[in-house]
Amino acid sequence: MRVFHSLRAFSLAAGLVAGAGLATVATPARAAEGAMHYPEVRFSFDGLFGHFDRASAQRGFQVYKEVCSNCHSMHLLSYRNLSELGLSDAEVRAIAATVQVQDGPNDEGQMFERPARPSDRFRSPFANEKAARAANNGALPPDLSVITKAREGGAEYIHALLMGYEDPPAGVTLMPGMNYNKYFAGHQIAMAQPLSSEGQVEYTDGTKPTVEQMVEDVSQFLTWAAEPELEQRKSLGVKMVLFLTVLGGLAYAVKRKVWADVH
Amino acid sequence: MASGLHKSDVANPVLNWIDARLPVITMMQKEYGTFPTPRNFNYFWNFGALAMVNLLIMIATGIFLSMHYTAHTSMAFDSVERIMRDVNYGWLLRYAHANGASMFFIVVYTHIWRGLYYGSYKAPRELLWMLGVVIFLLMMATAFMGYVLPWGQMSFWGATVITNLFSALPLIGPDIVTFLWGGFSVDNPTLNRFFSLHYLMPFVIFGVVFLHVAALHITGSNNPLGIDPKGPQDTLPFHPYYTAKDSVGLVAYFAVFAILVFFFPNALGHPDNYIPANPLVTPPHIVPEWYFLPFYAILRAVPDKLGGVIMMFASIAILFVLPWLDTSPVRSMRFRPLARPFLFTWLVSFFVLLYCGGKPPEEPYVTISRVAAAYYFLYFLVILPLLGRLERPLPLPESIARPVLRGGGPVMAGAMSKPMEKA
Ligand code: HEC
Ligand code: HEM
Repeated sequence: MRVFHSLRAFSLAAGLVAGAGLATVATPARAAEGAMHYPEVRFSFDGLFGHFDRASAQRGFQVYKEVCSNCHSMHLLSYRNLSELGLSDAEVRAIAATVQVQDGPNDEGQMFERPARPSDRFRSPFANEKAARAANNGALPPDLSVITKAREGGAEYIHALLMGYEDPPAGVTLMPGMNYNKYFAGHQIAMAQPLSSEGQVEYTDGTKPTVEQMVEDVSQFLTWAAEPELEQRKSLGVKMVLFLTVLGGLAYAVKRKVWADVH
Repeated sequence: MASGLHKSDVANPVLNWIDARLPVITMMQKEYGTFPTPRNFNYFWNFGALAMVNLLIMIATGIFLSMHYTAHTSMAFDSVERIMRDVNYGWLLRYAHANGASMFFIVVYTHIWRGLYYGSYKAPRELLWMLGVVIFLLMMATAFMGYVLPWGQMSFWGATVITNLFSALPLIGPDIVTFLWGGFSVDNPTLNRFFSLHYLMPFVIFGVVFLHVAALHITGSNNPLGIDPKGPQDTLPFHPYYTAKDSVGLVAYFAVFAILVFFFPNALGHPDNYIPANPLVTPPHIVPEWYFLPFYAILRAVPDKLGGVIMMFASIAILFVLPWLDTSPVRSMRFRPLARPFLFTWLVSFFVLLYCGGKPPEEPYVTISRVAAAYYFLYFLVILPLLGRLERPLPLPESIARPVLRGGGPVMAGAMSKPMEKA
């Protein structure tokens, strides 16, 4: 019977592990097509106790605002959300006020422009998809609100993509308007390298705006934008697992006690 | 006492008054308090209760999600993201619901495996088993329609591919597809009806679970030895023994669930579903949710479309007739030295199919899927019917209590001598 017991315990454990294991089976099943490996980057939000690096995310917002927002919308975010990055209400209001958004109709039935308020969504650079394509050689710059959740590899992929521009290898001819990128599926991307030279963005906190630094900061910002709940989620998760561990110990002790008289 | 009243044993006068007129307390006491339950359950017997809890979690989280969700193609995606961002603990609701579906399938697959291994499908539990298969089918339909609701790329293209399967049916196929869609492509009418049905189905499941449990309480539970209890020495009252044991499993279940929800909320999902649905852009690989992959692999293993659809449905329908395909009178695989390895091989074929279902339909995966699918059916259609005749089962224990009672004796001496306690 001993053999049966260990077998049974084994298959039970296997069943439970299979659940967690599915994550690993299922994920590479999809990544397999590209079979990409991105250079490893450690982000502050990785791991069980991960949290956002607020200074980095603020700089990342600056990169987005000054560079990416010329082409990419982030229509799920409002200016008020920026206060979660540690900006004061006054700062958020000031940032919003630099942007003109359309409102209306007013009492005369006219649409009008006004400075944005914290409650407004980030303004989109183009009125619609056609306009976006027209300005980008027919390519569509995707909305970046949830981009780290929408790509295999998440922030690591964004980081790799923005760092992955290089000259095409010998024998590869690029289609007109395309750029070579090591990490983009198919390697030909319509977006020209957006962050290419040191000092492209002037940081006010003394951080040196190297290309790598800007890329890291904007990756940090985009991750926050896609998963603003991440910190709350992980810290609640740690408490939950601790609580369940204690509760599990108690439940098991009770079970032993209840069953003590059954042999 | 007035005539026509139930004679209640409840001490509290108010509860007694109620119980005399509507004996729900007596019923609960009988079905979950003193209910005689085999004393030798292992932890596999937790999974029915876990499935029940999981169903309730899905209904509870689903109702709150529906309060904030908008079933319109132009708003569905953003309304889900709004839940994640602007609704208090909305991210928790949504991640619990999405991962709850995965947990539900993990639990029910384990529950079914328990039935296969210990022969719980055999007489007298055939109808109980068949009700279980009905639940499983309803779950699949519910999960499929639920996945369409966030209206991402995989929602749209998954719905398109799966509903299109019906077009393989001769003559009526194309009309059925138009009928399912409510138009000529997957579009707003499809989304609306899927939302309506996704809300309805769990309550239908709830009804069938009730029948499933009612049937269980007629036959009583099977057990790891697969032999019938012969008297009170073989059983224990459900409470407190199995309430205590189920609680241990329940906490373990919540721990796995919590790890998924709080630390890997998107690990089992597809990143493409965070791209809003776009009928003009087909994703390079359209894959269903992981729990459909074994059946998806069977579908694609067959070169002919109609044939694939038939095989896919047959792979589940075959479970309905399993009680009659397995001709052996012995329930538990512990006593079936030949059938046991064949069943484990079947389990391997199931996981192989799951793996291949997530791969692109090219070599070597197609050939591997074919071999695995062939074995999947071979096990039910040939191996089990034959083994019932050819196999010499090991001698069955006299009763449940005997091997348990002998636990402390010389046969199973040693520190591990409380067998049923250990698990
Ligand atoms: C001049 C316009 C322009 C600017 C500025 C720009 N992008 Fe893009 N971006 C595009 C276009 C066009 C595409 C679509 C590329 C394609 O599909 O080939 C794109 C695609 C992307 C993608 C998606 C890649 C994929 O996997 O599909 C990401 C991520 C991205 N951009 C990030 C950024 C970031 C971060 C910045 C700012 C640092 C930025 N972009 C600045 C035009 C731009
Ligand atoms: C929503 C899904 C389901 C729920 C809530 C559910 C619930 C339960 C419960 C509470 C039990 C009693 C406890 C136990 O024995 O584990 C049970 C027993 C059983 N279930 Fe299910 N079940 C579900 C799905 C299924 C499916 C899909 C099958 C098979 C295809 C199945 C087959 C059985 C059988 C055969 C038993 C009796 C087992 C025995 O006593 O050995 N169930 N179920």
